[in-house]
Amino acid sequence: MIDHALDFGLAAVSLALLLNLWSLFRGPTTMDRVLAVDTMVINVIALIVLFGIREGSMLYFEAALLFAMFGFVSTVAYCRFVLRGNIIE
Amino acid sequence: MSLLLIVLLPFIGALFPALMIRVGRNASAAAAFFATSLAFVLLMSHAPALFRGEVLQAGWEWLPGLGLNVNFLLDGLGFFFAALILGIGLLIIVYARYYLSKDDPVGVFYTYLLLFQGAMVGIVVSDNVLLLLIFWELTSLSSFLLIGYWKHLPEGRQGARMALAVTGAGGLAMIAGMLLIGDIAGSYDLSVILQRAESIQASPQYLPALVLILIGCFTKSAQFPFHFWLPHAMAAPTPVSAYLHSATMVKAGLFLMARMWPVLSGTEAWFYIVATTGLVTMTIGAFIALFKDDLKGLLAYSTVSHLGLVTMLFGFGTPMAATAAVFHVLNHATFKAALFMSAGIVDHEAGTRDVRRLGGLMHLMPVTATLAMVAGASMAGLPLLNGFLSKEMMLHEAASTAWLGQGWVLGTAATIAACFSVAYSFRFIAHVFMGPIRKDYPHHPHDPPLGMWIPPAVLVVLVVLIGLFPDTLAGPLVAMVARAVTGGQVLDYHLAQWHGFTPALGMSVVAIVVGTLLIRSYPRVRALWTAGPHPEAKRIFDGLITGAVDIAQRLTHGVHNGSMQRYLAVMLSAMLLLGYFVFASSPNAPGTRALMPASAVAVVGWVLLMGACLALVLMHQQRLLALVVVGVIGLIVSIGFVYLSAPDLALTQISVEVVTVILMLLALNFLPKRSPRESSTVRRLRDAGLAIAAGLGVGGAAWAVMTRDAETLSGYYLEQSVAGGGGSNVVNVILVDFRGFDTFGEIIVLGIAALTIFALLDGLMVSAAGRRLQSWRPDQARAADRHPMMLAVATRAMLPLALMVGIYIFLRGHNVPGGGFIAGLVVAVALIVQYMASGFGWAAHRMKVDYHALIGAGVLVAAATGLGALVAGFPFLTSTVWHLDLPLLGELHIASAMFFDTGVFLVVVGATMLALANLSRLGRHAEHLLVNREPMDVDPSRPSFAAGEH
Repeated sequence: MIDHALDFGLAAVSLALLLNLWSLFRGPTTMDRVLAVDTMVINVIALIVLFGIREGSMLYFEAALLFAMFGFVSTVAYCRFVLRGNIIE
Repeated sequence: MSLLLIVLLPFIGALFPALMIRVGRNASAAAAFFATSLAFVLLMSHAPALFRGEVLQAGWEWLPGLGLNVNFLLDGLGFFFAALILGIGLLIIVYARYYLSKDDPVGVFYTYLLLFQGAMVGIVVSDNVLLLLIFWELTSLSSFLLIGYWKHLPEGRQGARMALAVTGAGGLAMIAGMLLIGDIAGSYDLSVILQRAESIQASPQYLPALVLILIGCFTKSAQFPFHFWLPHAMAAPTPVSAYLHSATMVKAGLFLMARMWPVLSGTEAWFYIVATTGLVTMTIGAFIALFKDDLKGLLAYSTVSHLGLVTMLFGFGTPMAATAAVFHVLNHATFKAALFMSAGIVDHEAGTRDVRRLGGLMHLMPVTATLAMVAGASMAGLPLLNGFLSKEMMLHEAASTAWLGQGWVLGTAATIAACFSVAYSFRFIAHVFMGPIRKDYPHHPHDPPLGMWIPPAVLVVLVVLIGLFPDTLAGPLVAMVARAVTGGQVLDYHLAQWHGFTPALGMSVVAIVVGTLLIRSYPRVRALWTAGPHPEAKRIFDGLITGAVDIAQRLTHGVHNGSMQRYLAVMLSAMLLLGYFVFASSPNAPGTRALMPASAVAVVGWVLLMGACLALVLMHQQRLLALVVVGVIGLIVSIGFVYLSAPDLALTQISVEVVTVILMLLALNFLPKRSPRESSTVRRLRDAGLAIAAGLGVGGAAWAVMTRDAETLSGYYLEQSVAGGGGSNVVNVILVDFRGFDTFGEIIVLGIAALTIFALLDGLMVSAAGRRLQSWRPDQARAADRHPMMLAVATRAMLPLALMVGIYIFLRGHNVPGGGFIAGLVVAVALIVQYMASGFGWAAHRMKVDYHALIGAGVLVAAATGLGALVAGFPFLTSTVWHLDLPLLGELHIASAMFFDTGVFLVVVGATMLALANLSRLGRHAEHLLVNREPMDVDPSRPSFAAGEH
């Protein structure tokens, strides 16, 4: 059962990533694209966790942890740049 | 050991004058004097053994694989030169103390002088030609510092540069020559090379080696046509000139000819190259010296001439001529050093060294005049002085040697040179010291203080004593040195003033008579000279240098003109070309390894990577978007690392991506937000073609490697990781243990890079660019929300969590993915986020950590860990593992590598924070915003907010 669930999860997340890529191309504004990348990070976290479960290994979870912690930092930096120019005032 | 100490003492001593100058000029001079005299005494303690005919040797292996050993050899020749270098060095140290004025940095002077002295001593006692080359280059460098000592004088700087260019170029030629010789002899040890004379002279490589080595000797010893640097080096302070041009620097070339004499001399090539060069140099030098008005210029050309004399004698290739050469080296060193010092005294006291403005000084400065006139008479070769003895020997050898079968050529030319030599010596004596007292000296000349005339006096006493009792005083020394030069031949001769009525005596008489006549009718002779052509060596040299620089610049700018496109195009084309040649010239059948199946998820990742790359190409002109897309590429690469089982790399990549984005955005703030389209369509097509070809090439190479079975290094590391490094995470063990020394170097480089960023930006603030920055206006609108509450609150909550993760990753690093580098990045990002949320001023006020100190502390901790192993008797950075049984915590596993990793961690945090914090300073500098006291713009808990007055 878990195998089917993992297959489904991986397929869904992969599809989501492809849609993110589409969104990155389509835009139209800069913020749309930044959001596309931010969503991509979320999907990558899911991908890593699912992959870890399938491989039966704990080794990959730290990567997911780092993405979860810092994925949003880049997004914040892009937003601050658009809003204020200088990201550290 | 004692030999090593003789060489090292000047180098060790070089540290002290620069420090002792804080106490005073006397202390500084005393420190230099003390170090030199220690070396001198040590050298003299070996004298009895050497006079008995022994040879001292000492050696250590340095790089045995290259044949480079620290081997020293002290024989008669080395002893003789070392004694000259150290003995005259002592006199120069005393003289310089009184010569240099209060404004000159005396400590630096003595440090340079001792460095030079050590390098010279190193040359003369080296037993390994590679070691000798190292010291040879050191003399070029340290003499550059000495000649350019008066940095404020353009002549000094130019003269120093010219000397360095000429002697440095010669040194390069000599390296090639020495490598050839070592190759033929099968060893780089001189004592071995000296035994292989026959096989070396029979080798077809003998001639190229000879020419290359001689270029080195001739440039150093100012032989025609490389003589021109020496007169220009006279812009140096007189003590330097006296030292470099009488006893040391220029004698290095002569020393090497003497050292290699048993191996290289005796062939026709040697005779015609060396003897002819020497003869031409001797004659031209003496001729030009006659017309130099600058006292030091006169002495410089005279030195060129005397160096030519010695070179010619070595060139004759007979043992007797070599003996005469050695004797003249001794005599020339004594009288020429004395003359330089006297010229310095005249310059110092009379205020000029222009011969035309001097005269009659005998009455005003009798002591100096006496010293200078006796030494000058010796230079002229007048009887009863030491200069006469060796000049007689030279004339005798010249008269009895045939050149191209003609017996009269050398004798005649040598006599002509001797005539000029007498003439310029007499001019030095007559036009400076004799004649009536003048009214128009720039200063009031008088004799200098004792300390200034004692050093030349010592030398003049030697000049007279050796002249009077040559066989008693100099005989044994000359015999010993000659034995060392000629490889142990015992000769039947004696040094004496009177040999009966010989042809040489006749030539001497002719020289003195003609020289006197030349000086009596000097104005007429001078007019003839003025009418002739005067090729200006400096202009030719400058022209050559300018030409060389031009060619180099045209080449460099052609390849790399500052345009990234051009640079990349050249680089990629070269890579493609090389790759193609290798591909075409080696078997390139497809690999045999079975391919792995591609999962659907991997294909999606591949599509994402390609899509992101395509997006980057399409959007690259909008720079912010390009950055966003680069972020996507980093993301895919990171999961690629995860997928391909490289979790350490993935963790590093993820954190590096974040820091990179922040860094780029900080810089982008000041850059145009769009790249203009600059390339023509043809250019873009060319670049696209190159990029695709290079990409396919790299992909193909990776494909070729991965489809083949090959023995890789990883097997060894996997086996040795726990056994040798005490950790099961191979990547981390490689970083902190197997390749710990590399990591140590890398963190130092990282620290330096961060400090450089700091220094550059710090300098920028006060420069013209800083003023431009002041008037910079933001090119995009600014939102009013400086520090949103949501961001501030979220990051505050995240800080302890992120730090916790950092510590966790650090601690587990040795056995599972993690380590100091990743942990450092994680902590740095956690801190940077605080700056972003609440502003630099607010955050910096709460994080009073000096990042400079953090970098330094990191390097020191890493070094201390490495040294700890050294103290315990293991090689640098050997790691150990302790297993502790603690109550409560249970078994604890501590690797010394963890302390090393702490150093890495500290450097990474310090360097990242320093770089980012300083880049953000630029923005604050430009926008003149007030530093906020509050962490966020809107804070409901603030009393003022409640009152509605935020």
